[in-house]
Amino acid sequence: MDLPLILLYLTLVLFGWMNIYAASISEEQTLILDFSTKYGKQLLWIGLSFVLILGILFIEARTYEKFASIIYIASLFSLFCLFIFGKKINGATSWYSFGSFSLQPSEFAKAATALALAKLLSDKQYDLKLIKNQIKTFIIIFLPAVFITLQPDPGSGLVYAAFFFVLYRENLPVYYIAIGLVAIVLFVLTLAFGLQIVLTCSWALLLLFILYLQFYRKISLKFHWLKIVTLFATISAFIFSVDYVYNHIFEQRHRDRFNILLGKNTDTRGVGYNTNQSVLTIKSGGFSGKGYLQGDRTQGHFVPEQHTDYIFSTVGEEWGFVGSAFVILIFTMFVLRILKLAERQKTTFSRVYGYGIASIFFFHYLINIGMVIGLFPTIGIPLPFFSYGGSGLWGFTVLLFIFIKLDANRSYEL
Amino acid sequence: MKRGYLLTFFILLTATIYIAKLFHLQVSGMDDDRNLLQSSTVKKIYTYPERGYIYDRNGTLLVSNRLSYNLMIVPREVKPLDTLEFCKLLKIDKNSFLRRYRKAKKWSSRLPSVFLPHLSKEDFAYLQEKMYQYEGFYIEKKAQRYYPIASAANVLGYVNEVNDETAKKNPYYHPGELIGTTGIEKQYEKLLRGSKGVKYMQRDRFNKIIGSFKNSMYDTLPVLGQDLQLTIDSELQQYGEALMQGKRGGIVAIEPSSGEVLSLITMPSYDPNLMIGRLRSKYSVQFFGDTINKPMYDRSLLAQYAPGSPLKIIHGLVGLQEKVIHPNTSFYCYHGYRYGAREKEFMGCHCDIYNAPINLRKGIAKSCNTYFSNVYKRVIEKYPTASEGMNAWNKHLRSFGLGDYLGYDLPLGSKGLVPDAAFYDRWYPSKRWRATYTISNAIGQGQILTTPIQLANMTAAIANRGFYFTPHFLKSKYGNSISDTIFNKAHQTSIDKKNFGPIIEGMHDVFRTGTAKHVRLKNIEICGKTGTAENFVRVHGTKHQFEDHSIFVAFAPKKDPKIAIAVYIENGGFGSTIAAPIASLMIEKYITHNVANTWWENKMFTTSLENIYNKQLKIRQSKSESSKK
Repeated sequence: MDLPLILLYLTLVLFGWMNIYAASISEEQTLILDFSTKYGKQLLWIGLSFVLILGILFIEARTYEKFASIIYIASLFSLFCLFIFGKKINGATSWYSFGSFSLQPSEFAKAATALALAKLLSDKQYDLKLIKNQIKTFIIIFLPAVFITLQPDPGSGLVYAAFFFVLYRENLPVYYIAIGLVAIVLFVLTLAFGLQIVLTCSWALLLLFILYLQFYRKISLKFHWLKIVTLFATISAFIFSVDYVYNHIFEQRHRDRFNILLGKNTDTRGVGYNTNQSVLTIKSGGFSGKGYLQGDRTQGHFVPEQHTDYIFSTVGEEWGFVGSAFVILIFTMFVLRILKLAERQKTTFSRVYGYGIASIFFFHYLINIGMVIGLFPTIGIPLPFFSYGGSGLWGFTVLLFIFIKLDANRSYEL
Repeated sequence: MKRGYLLTFFILLTATIYIAKLFHLQVSGMDDDRNLLQSSTVKKIYTYPERGYIYDRNGTLLVSNRLSYNLMIVPREVKPLDTLEFCKLLKIDKNSFLRRYRKAKKWSSRLPSVFLPHLSKEDFAYLQEKMYQYEGFYIEKKAQRYYPIASAANVLGYVNEVNDETAKKNPYYHPGELIGTTGIEKQYEKLLRGSKGVKYMQRDRFNKIIGSFKNSMYDTLPVLGQDLQLTIDSELQQYGEALMQGKRGGIVAIEPSSGEVLSLITMPSYDPNLMIGRLRSKYSVQFFGDTINKPMYDRSLLAQYAPGSPLKIIHGLVGLQEKVIHPNTSFYCYHGYRYGAREKEFMGCHCDIYNAPINLRKGIAKSCNTYFSNVYKRVIEKYPTASEGMNAWNKHLRSFGLGDYLGYDLPLGSKGLVPDAAFYDRWYPSKRWRATYTISNAIGQGQILTTPIQLANMTAAIANRGFYFTPHFLKSKYGNSISDTIFNKAHQTSIDKKNFGPIIEGMHDVFRTGTAKHVRLKNIEICGKTGTAENFVRVHGTKHQFEDHSIFVAFAPKKDPKIAIAVYIENGGFGSTIAAPIASLMIEKYITHNVANTWWENKMFTTSLENIYNKQLKIRQSKSESSKK
């Protein structure tokens, strides 16, 4: 077992709990083990997650590969059944309720998808350059993502985009990534500058590109008219559709989130309240912070949902720049360590799985911290090991420890 | 694998960007202490200076402050109490108690909020002894406006508590503070309020104050509110208000030599002491909701009436200035004035000088319609086209401040209307109108509209023989001299000084032999002019003639005038029956401080037009009911 990774995990979990304690403590001092409080419950989840870890490590590593498909299908089934038996919390039907205790299957679906993807790509005959195989792969990734988005929990659905890093690593043709990046850039630019400007600029750029090909590379365009027209049409259609989707399909609350980020909306009382409060809270921490449990904005409950999605603002206020940079460094080391271990795996299955979970962890803290410090629009996904919630903690723990088990076993593999 | 580095690259890029952003937020953005002043950990405590007092021109106190007492509650500290007894103490019922308690608790359970506002001093003294029994309640003192004399409410205005909307627009104010909403209180709000001081205090995480912030280096001291002295003569103002009882209309009196407004009376009015404290919400609904008497409507500044005969004075002046008449020009009057094609149209006249020459002086004294219709026609027809004539006439009238807001220092006003050629071009799109089309203007009855303060200002300009000062209400700021020179600059009219002589003689004759001789004074030479404006009202398509408006303008004494006055009484009948006696009494009161003319005084005090107003109201209502059917 990889000790550095386990130490990083323990650091994150412990530091995370300390901040949940700070964010949810009330004036009446009670015992730490009071299970009616948020921090008390989280402590219980942490304790139970150690039991979970023992279980995962006890199961033979081969089992995960063998049962990957079944686990994936079971997970899909559990997501599907939510539409029938699910319980609605905060507007999303993402929960199974067992008395006073609720479980969120989407937190476990990530592990299942990573396993299924690893299993699929570990077949030596499987070549991602074939369109047929690409489609099969995409379906595996998109099915759970679509179910989750329909709950509706679009934030958690978005996380599945992280798997494209894995596909790229496993020789998915590079233009998928290029197209993806161009699409993101065009999306943001269209929102920021409007339809006409972006359309004109992209046409001008395309024209320059064609002229460059014609006169410097001496490639005759005569035989490529179809390609050129398709290129123009696709880009224009995309820009138009972004504009249309943004203005007609998106709801006002979605548009508000983008507008705040792009500086088009400066309302800090209504829609921009969360982001504004969280940025102010972080800012008030200064270089070294106000000290543990001394954050007046945290204690005054200025930031809504501070113990879940906005937990990073507690770190920013009470531990200052030192603490928040420390958390980012720990997450960076944690993900890089997983990547390093993944690259040294002997089996494709373990490598793809490791790469997959590294991408997932990366995506989570990228979006969550980005949102809390005001660089990303409001997308509600938790910060791994930090945010309050049993399902989340267990989901991430399962995700990680399956890999630790796989990694520990690598010497026995061929 | 080379391809594996893409993710690594993104991970490192993200770490760099995020740490840079956090550095920018938490380290480089922190050097400014002033940001800390806005922090929620710093509590601002305001010290409010006392609002300035307002005095009249003789130093009589008009507005002062009185402490009011609010019962405050901190819901979290409230212990179980004998609700019934407590309610009895506060004179509220149990439902009201529960509603107030819930409202306070909903707002905040640990911060104080107002439970019962504006307790009287008597209630406070009584409650204070009992308060120790009720934990979580305490009494807070707050200053409140007080009006020792219930008079001049329309001039003084009132203060209101700032609402959320105002506070958003103007960051100086916080909800619940006082702000001048109308009148002098609004006009001189900044002077009267002074400015509040602020102390910055450090709070701990339980919002408890643990000391001053950064050794009080950012604290500011409050600046006291400025006391103001108005030009209003309170004695005259009250006398005028008493004379106006039972009537509707306005009186404006101005000191011609300075433009100082001696009194500004509108009736019906209201008691300013009802617009403060706990009573306000009740009475403001009542006052603003009274669409029949309109006590909140300042008729002296806002109501636009036909000026009636006083405009004949101006026509006399314009005629002299335009040299279409001279003082001895005479016209004949045959109980009226015939005009139009083949003289088919007829305007009646009450001057009763049949088939004898009438000169200018007599024309004014007897208020002859025929005389001034001729003058008006000559003025308009002096020019090649009626348009040019009309515009020349318009210019003369405007130089007296008619058709203008005048620029006085109250935040209310009406422009009135002085028509010009463009105005009649719109009325007659063929543009083929002539002097006789607009002949009603000659007797102040056409399209022209004026407000009482404009009439008073016009009279002041005549008293000054050719110029006026912007009417104003602020006499001095105690302890500071007025630096506004706009009130000290004379506005010249377009009439030469020499032309005023015969006109003023005519106005003097009004009291000697003319329409106001019944209210002349023994020792004061008054110059004035009566007016009677016909009053047609269109109710659901049918035209009704209501009682005439009674109008009077005057100044006195003839030599070195001390007061110029305009009186406008809605539906008061002839100018000589109500407006003239009131003007005469006001002048006597102001100049001699003592009224010898007690017969007229008593008659005016007791004259009430309520019956006439009720009759008119019935016509309006009956018509509206029948139209509903």
